[in-house]
Amino acid sequence: MDVFVPRTLDEALEIKAARPDAVPIAGGTDLMVELNLNRRRPRALLDVSRLAELRRCGREDGAVFLGAGVSYTRVIAELPECVPLAQASRAVGSPQIRNRGTVGGNLGTASPAGDALPVLAAYDAEIVVATRDGARALPWAQFLVGPKQTALPPDGLILGARWRIARGPGSFSKVGTRNAMVIAIASLCLVLDEEQRAVRVALGSVGPTVLRAPDAEAYAAEAMARAGTWDDPAALPAPREIEEWAQRVAGAARPIDDVRGTAAYRRHACAALARRALRWALEDRRAGGRA
Amino acid sequence: MRVRVRVNGAWRTAEVWPGASLLALLRDALGLCGSKNACEQGECGSCSVWLDGELVCACLVLAAQADGREVRTVEGLTTGEDLHPVQRAFVEAGAVQCGFCTPGFVVAVVDLLSRDPDPDEPRIREALSGNLCRCTGYQKILDAVRLAASKLGGSSP
Ligand SMILES: Cc1cc2nc3c(=O)[nH]c(=O)nc-3n(C[C@H](O)[C@H](O)[C@H](O)COP(=O)(O)OP(=O)(O)OC[C@H]3O[C@@H](n4cnc5c(N)ncnc54)[C@H](O)[C@@H]3O)c2cc1C
Ligand code: FES
Ligand code: FES
Repeated sequence: MDVFVPRTLDEALEIKAARPDAVPIAGGTDLMVELNLNRRRPRALLDVSRLAELRRCGREDGAVFLGAGVSYTRVIAELPECVPLAQASRAVGSPQIRNRGTVGGNLGTASPAGDALPVLAAYDAEIVVATRDGARALPWAQFLVGPKQTALPPDGLILGARWRIARGPGSFSKVGTRNAMVIAIASLCLVLDEEQRAVRVALGSVGPTVLRAPDAEAYAAEAMARAGTWDDPAALPAPREIEEWAQRVAGAARPIDDVRGTAAYRRHACAALARRALRWALEDRRAGGRA
Repeated sequence: MRVRVRVNGAWRTAEVWPGASLLALLRDALGLCGSKNACEQGECGSCSVWLDGELVCACLVLAAQADGREVRTVEGLTTGEDLHPVQRAFVEAGAVQCGFCTPGFVVAVVDLLSRDPDPDEPRIREALSGNLCRCTGYQKILDAVRLAASKLGGSSP
């Protein structure tokens, strides 16, 4: 096995072009498990943990750029205003895992249960990918193409994710068997976009990859428009409309039965998460918080 | 491959398999067996060490990733026969049964108290969520953390 330890992105991309079989390793919290347990034996590893270009994080002309190499601990400390992302980061593993695990690694693994992924989907994020020939941005849905499958070219590296900053409340929540160290049975990210008067919701762990629920999104935005909620936070949609929203979100799930939960339970969980997330968002708007 | 790491203040060099973890480097190549190997999948925290000051599972760090960096292990907490105040608190509170998880807990607790000298219970539980103990039922470990916090009197360990 060869191990490459480049110091710059250019150097890393040259190596990746020459050795597309070199598997990138960032925090190692997914990959090392596979190596330690002998599930995978790559011909070569490419350490990306020293690349300063991947550790950038912050606002860049109206958008947030989150470098692939930024740990969850850093997301929590440095992007607190991205509430759902900070909440999802807090829900990952344990302190030890959050200190090492990165959003780039979450994208690279592309597990349907990756906690950062519903947030990126609800943000309508682009994933920035680079090869020796340059960088390009792919909408998240074109990057996450299936369970553990991405559109990353063999000679490419993930540079990070980028999204437009939307004003409005939002949250991430997940259902699991306990509070810490769990793989989600179902997870949900809700984002309200005050400028576009739009509702965006994404689901994790209930389909082959992260799913959005466009029908439910349109329904909720219209219900809020009918009730006048967008202009007056105290004017709320009717309870049966919130219920209808929750059912439509659950209807977008494509869950399976597995060791963590049944498909029926997962659907039920999606409805509960959706109901709660919308109520929280409406309460937040009413309280005038988190604009 | 050759890896050079500064462990507990001293530069050490070792030859390891390229896919080896930092835990394997510490235990098998450098003979530092305080960090335990139990799950090798980040679940138990018994291999907790500091890498450039950050609490990590040594089993999830590729040894090559630690090359040229600073590692601090449980062995680095004290010199000679004296125990670190956190270690002493574990003994006094009876927070040790088989002891296998103890080095990882001690490291995680030292890390917690260095950042939060007087943590409340939810904070302690959250900080120790990555460490598993199969023996004690955690109550005495929580007692040990509180005892250590009071021993250290709010000053950073
Ligand atoms: C105990 C434990 C608990 C966990 N809990 C959670 C949890 O609650 N929620 C959750 O979502 N995940 C969890 N995970 C999984 C893991 O921590 C996350 O998926 C994390 O985001 C992976 O990041 P990493 O940097 O460690 O990835 P790595 O293991 O370094 O890499 C993962 C994959 O991404 C690829 N990759 C990494 N960086 C790049 C890059 N820049 N370009 C191209 N490819 C790249 C690698 O080649 C590899 O295929 C847990 C893992 C453990 C061990
Ligand atoms: S041996 Fe590293 S976490 Fe269990
Ligand atoms: S004392 Fe035995 S595992 Fe904790």
